[in-house]
Amino acid sequence: MSRTFSIGGVHPHDCKISKDSPIEIFPVPEQVSISMSQHLGAPAQPVVAKGDRVKAGQLIGRAGGFISANIHSSVSGTVVSVGELPDMLGNPAVHVVIDTDGDEWMEDIDRTPDVVRDISLSPQDIIKRIADCGIVGLGGASFPTHVKLSPPPGKKAEFLIINGAECEPYLTSDYRIMLERPEEILIGAKIMMKALGVAKGFIGIEDNKPEAIRRIGELARASYSEIEVVPLRKRYPQGGEKQLIDAVTGRKVPSMGLPIDTGVVVQNCGTAFAVYEAVQKNKPLFESIVTVTGDCTGQQRNFLLRVGTRFDKMLEEVGGMPSEAVKLISGGPMMGKAVSNISAASVKSTSALLVLSEKQTARREEGNCIRCGKCAQACPMGLEPFLLNRLARLGWKDELEKNKVYDCIECGCCSYTCPAFIPLLDYIRLAKADVLRIMRARPKK
Amino acid sequence: MRKLLVSPAPHIHGNENTRKIMRDVLIALAPSVIVSVYFFGFKAIELVLVGAVTCMGVEYLVQKYIMRVKPSVSDLSAAVTGVLLALNLPPNAPWWVMLIGSIVAIGVAKLTFGGLGHNVFNPALVGRVFLLVSFPAIMTDWTLPDGWFRPEVDAISGATPLSIINEGLASGLTLSQIMANHPEIDLSWTQMLFAKTGGSIGELSSFALILGFVYLLARKVIRPHITLSILLTVAALTFIFWQINPDKYTDPLFNILSGGVLIGSIFMATDYVTSPMTAKGMVIYGVGIGLITVLIRYFGSYPEGISFAILIMNSVVPLINKYVKPRRFGKEVANA
Repeated sequence: MSRTFSIGGVHPHDCKISKDSPIEIFPVPEQVSISMSQHLGAPAQPVVAKGDRVKAGQLIGRAGGFISANIHSSVSGTVVSVGELPDMLGNPAVHVVIDTDGDEWMEDIDRTPDVVRDISLSPQDIIKRIADCGIVGLGGASFPTHVKLSPPPGKKAEFLIINGAECEPYLTSDYRIMLERPEEILIGAKIMMKALGVAKGFIGIEDNKPEAIRRIGELARASYSEIEVVPLRKRYPQGGEKQLIDAVTGRKVPSMGLPIDTGVVVQNCGTAFAVYEAVQKNKPLFESIVTVTGDCTGQQRNFLLRVGTRFDKMLEEVGGMPSEAVKLISGGPMMGKAVSNISAASVKSTSALLVLSEKQTARREEGNCIRCGKCAQACPMGLEPFLLNRLARLGWKDELEKNKVYDCIECGCCSYTCPAFIPLLDYIRLAKADVLRIMRARPKK
Repeated sequence: MRKLLVSPAPHIHGNENTRKIMRDVLIALAPSVIVSVYFFGFKAIELVLVGAVTCMGVEYLVQKYIMRVKPSVSDLSAAVTGVLLALNLPPNAPWWVMLIGSIVAIGVAKLTFGGLGHNVFNPALVGRVFLLVSFPAIMTDWTLPDGWFRPEVDAISGATPLSIINEGLASGLTLSQIMANHPEIDLSWTQMLFAKTGGSIGELSSFALILGFVYLLARKVIRPHITLSILLTVAALTFIFWQINPDKYTDPLFNILSGGVLIGSIFMATDYVTSPMTAKGMVIYGVGIGLITVLIRYFGSYPEGISFAILIMNSVVPLINKYVKPRRFGKEVANA
């Protein structure tokens, strides 16, 4: 029996067209543009200059604070520029641009395919290695992993949950890695459990991926009995952090709280794999598994891709930009970001490049709210999107706060479900940012 | 370079729309319309058509020439109002009564508030109650239309069981005496479930209404909360009274299957615009409707109470929406 979260949710068609396509190694691009702002928190400071020779895995940007992450070169070659370039949304960010020359890796990276099972590092050294290797959460938010593995004083983790839900339609990168590298994910989970000092781990996987549940489950039962596989019902947003914790443990992260308040740390399964590679293989995070897909693209494939590969190069590999394509999304169709700059480069947490046609994505004319309440029924946080939308348009900040706009996880279930095509989340998202700013500016009592 | 569409997430839509929902309501009403056409022939077709066409026409004309907004007739909500109002009329009602009712329903009860989504009261019910107070004789004349009805429905004649019982009780008779005086009233549940209870053209077959209810639930157009809480409240309350004095109070099954309780609780009370938006609110609203319905039926001067009960509870809905909040995820943190 699959578990699930307690309230709300929607059931989009899962469209996992690329699920049977094995992970292929993407050809090393001739040039990469590596952003210094690939994570939540302060940007990294570049430590290379124009003309420097670098190897793959070499540090090129140093973390700019505690909540920040190191950045490494994904190729070997020559730095041709360090400076601002537009990112995928068109916003300027400092990028290091490297012209590729061969494929020479740092010597201390273990490139053998052997699975290293013994975890020799101490908890402190694990966290240090994870920070050194620039590991960030690959589930979407790109939160630096070493920060998440260092709970604030007074908070103690009891469980680690690995997120293998992959509840966004179209995405299959997590699914493929769970199928192809299940043991590495389990070892990665064990490493993080050691770092956190917890004895029990879970992997939550949606039940539309029975093969992944079976493979990881068999392996866990045979040799990693401290990690339990939890099948989850196919329902969006099953992979939302708060929803996942609720589904797996029944605990509810309090309003304005963090997962650690319930004694849980959540990490994505791709992150677990990156942690394995960092700790056991000494490999910094400079590759990512990316699904390039869409109903209108020539092919739908999963790639192991160097960070900093341009989106247009990725599209070329699946047959180019189809004529009916109107929107490019980095990530899934529910929470991904629309790309405005097709020559922008991928980042560590790029999990998919999705091409949508006009028919799939065009917004339709907004009608009157018919007060059906479907948005409130769909909201996994138990909010009233119809009300928040109205209050947001009126600008009534006090009422917005009273009605808990700050709890919104921006999953998009409300806009997705609205029969009057009201873009509820557009307004709620803006209002939430305003209200949070006001709340943070208040003197602490 | 190609232009790309850029907008915030979500980038896909669940493909549900107002028109589809309204179409589903019309489909759910189809069994009842078919039953009424079976029994009343052309007269039922006439009422339903006049209702739907007038409602859509009034909406179009008012929106285009008075409100000067883009007419929204194609969302089919006006058609639903028209059909519902028609199903709430007695079989012998003249077409012009239907016309007036439709004008009031759309023109007054819906568009003066701003159109779909803004009205406080259910338009079809406002239309019906307007007709009831304006043309009381026509609206309570349950005789059959000439010529068109089928010979086997002779049993449906005169007053509805509800009004016969109401009048009988008012004149001091007991239920068993009333039944003895009116052998034509067949209160067996099979009779009431499948037809021939007398009343508005849409109230004939409880079975057809329940079929519509199941369809609406299966298509997830409505949730069961409102309908079930009305029916359970009516059943529970009438059961208590009936146990106390079965000679004065009618039994629960009769109360649920007779008159407008089913059509009201399935199609009128569940109108999105005029009902609460959260599950808890829906239950409060449904219990209120059930309660008022029973009070009017037992103690009021009208034999039927659900139309008034729904309209009264419609006026409470904004308050319910304001104070009844959905179950939130997680608790508030102290010191947040």
